Amino acid sequence: MSLLTIIFALLFYFAAAVIIIGLVYRIRLYATTPTPLRIPTMPAPTTGAGVWRRMFFEITLFNSLFKSNKWIWLFGWVFHAALLLVLLRHLRYFTDPVWSWVALIQPLGAYAAFAMVAGLAGLWARRLLVDRVRYISSPSDHLMLALLIAIGITGLGMKYVAATDIVAVKAFFLGLMYFDWQPLPADPVLILHLLLVAMLMIIFPFSKLLHAPGVFFCPTRNQVDNAREKRHMPTGASPSLKQAG
Amino acid sequence: MADFETPAFKPYPEIPPIEIGVMAHSKPYVAKPDIQEKVGFPGELIDNWKQVAIDKMGELVDNSRALRVFLDSCVKCGACTDKCHYYLGTSDPNNMPVARQDLFRSVYRRYYTVAGKYFPSLVGARDLGQEVLDEWYSYFHQCSQCRRCSVYCPYGIDTAEISMAAREILDCVGVGQKYCNEIIGKAQTIGNNLGLPEPALANTLEGLEEDIEEETGVTVRLPLDQKGADILLITPSADFFAEPHVDGLIGYAKVFHQAGLSWTISSYASEAANFGMFIGSYENMQVLARRIREAALELGVKRIVFGECGHAWRVAYNFLDTLAGPFDFLDPAYPMPQHICEVTYDLLQRNALKMDRSANDDMVLTLHDSCNIARASRMGNFEGGQFVIPREVIKASCNHFVDMPADTIREATFCCGGGGGLLTDDLVELRVKGSLPRMEALQQVVNDHEVTHMAAICAICKSQFSKILPYYGFEMDQVVSIHQLVSNAIQLGGEH
Repeated sequence: MSLLTIIFALLFYFAAAVIIIGLVYRIRLYATTPTPLRIPTMPAPTTGAGVWRRMFFEITLFNSLFKSNKWIWLFGWVFHAALLLVLLRHLRYFTDPVWSWVALIQPLGAYAAFAMVAGLAGLWARRLLVDRVRYISSPSDHLMLALLIAIGITGLGMKYVAATDIVAVKAFFLGLMYFDWQPLPADPVLILHLLLVAMLMIIFPFSKLLHAPGVFFCPTRNQVDNAREKRHMPTGASPSLKQAG
Repeated sequence: MADFETPAFKPYPEIPPIEIGVMAHSKPYVAKPDIQEKVGFPGELIDNWKQVAIDKMGELVDNSRALRVFLDSCVKCGACTDKCHYYLGTSDPNNMPVARQDLFRSVYRRYYTVAGKYFPSLVGARDLGQEVLDEWYSYFHQCSQCRRCSVYCPYGIDTAEISMAAREILDCVGVGQKYCNEIIGKAQTIGNNLGLPEPALANTLEGLEEDIEEETGVTVRLPLDQKGADILLITPSADFFAEPHVDGLIGYAKVFHQAGLSWTISSYASEAANFGMFIGSYENMQVLARRIREAALELGVKRIVFGECGHAWRVAYNFLDTLAGPFDFLDPAYPMPQHICEVTYDLLQRNALKMDRSANDDMVLTLHDSCNIARASRMGNFEGGQFVIPREVIKASCNHFVDMPADTIREATFCCGGGGGLLTDDLVELRVKGSLPRMEALQQVVNDHEVTHMAAICAICKSQFSKILPYYGFEMDQVVSIHQLVSNAIQLGGEH
């Protein structure tokens, strides 16, 4: 067992623990924080089913963003949709045998990687070129884009330029899952790709990537507009809110 | 006139390039100690304010899912950057919703997140200092809590929530805003924002009865503290004396009269607006809300109806039951509360009112959707009723109505520029500049359709436009109340 394999095995256990524990902690926090008042952004659905519909289109089509700005919507939606395909494509490294639908989308996933990098590049261009967006950008906002683009480019590099031994890569990850470690190929592009992915996993629960779970808990989007039919009682307990009850 | 230039109209609305710090000087008067203490806050900046502010921030985030999620979720995509009327009117980048939020978020990150504690400069986290406090005071009083940004944010982040939290923290360390806190004090002791005591109110209402009789020959009552009335009308106190508000109040009275409804105003709860919301103070909001419940119980009414007021209707529609309920002693056959436009609309639907539309033929009308009616509440029993019902009431009262451009009305409506506790003379520059997008939209329908008047549905909008219209070359009386139009058109007398 090479040192590299040991380091990366430990790194991925660590990264997986951080992202899972971090997200569970954060999501619990969101779920248990009280909602003192009813604050849906109107016009809002008047039924629970309506809220499901609103959330579904918000999350799959980025409805509000579409209303807001077509360029951000285009780049943002292309990036996220492509990322989803790319992630699904990568399931083949974690399942044996590979699920048939995962096998089916393999060619799509390969194109999606280009779309993903293009979407990210578009977003970054706006961040650099539009004075308003440049003003609100912190170094972390640029670095996050750099990280994602680097992940995309190293991934594409392995597919189209410097092919790596994907059978061995798959054996490595299955080995991690079944606690039967297998050697990781010492391929520089692969090592870089995996290092960046581990970094992303570790950063996730401490960064703005929390928008992913956050959007599901957003009171302005997920509350029903029925204040006159159903008295809204604050969940959770705080001194000032208890008085209200 | 103050020392600033009214922005010029552009050939078509465009997004201005940023001009850093151009509105940093804009600050409302700070509340004096007696005003502060009356509403439960320290009189002046306390010694250990930094720690108190940081602790208060933690407490607020622990108690508000909205705040917690909003502070984490923003990805700085820029979708909101051109949506705020104060940014469009001033070009100050701190008036972009995301930048305004970041004044707060940067401090939150520093003290409450791992990234901000260990890598502050990387994630734009800042220590809380006097400079930050000053920035907060300036720019959180340049947000009218109109929620336009929340419509366009892909994560539904509502800057209003963050502005309210920031103002609450400012109050808790002793730096309150004079205008809001003085008014809250008055409303809590006297019953309305103007500090109008019962005898003055009675006198005013009597005067209005005489005016109506003189003009129409019909006796229309405006009852005060009448026990056993069916309806308690809660209306913004500006309706009792300001123009064009009072013409709206006369309209409500005529509608009640003509429909044969028994109603009353309460001198104890003679205010619809709840300024407690503007400063994010749950406790103050609750004190004001409870007066309405107490008045309703005391007078033994069956229904509560609210007059034309935007933020008030938000508090009434969405918060009142939570803050001061339950209202199970009222007649369950009617929504609690009801909006006066809903009452009039229902009567119109049932042909219970006779309207002479030609009474308003001297006007071509448009409607300014008030921000908190459009994006923070509803009318009627269907989604979007808050857009339909006021328009239907107007169209039943006049022959000439046109809408302003689609991206400036309904859920996309612009704030009048004076909402959220900013309707004070010490902020007149901000108010003039912030009304630019609405004024541009108005100018467009004036040019294209010869619109002469703009109807509004909120006391703040009406006062704001009366003041602002002349800066843009309009007349102050070009803003009218919806129920002023009803008042002109309604035919009194005959069968009830």
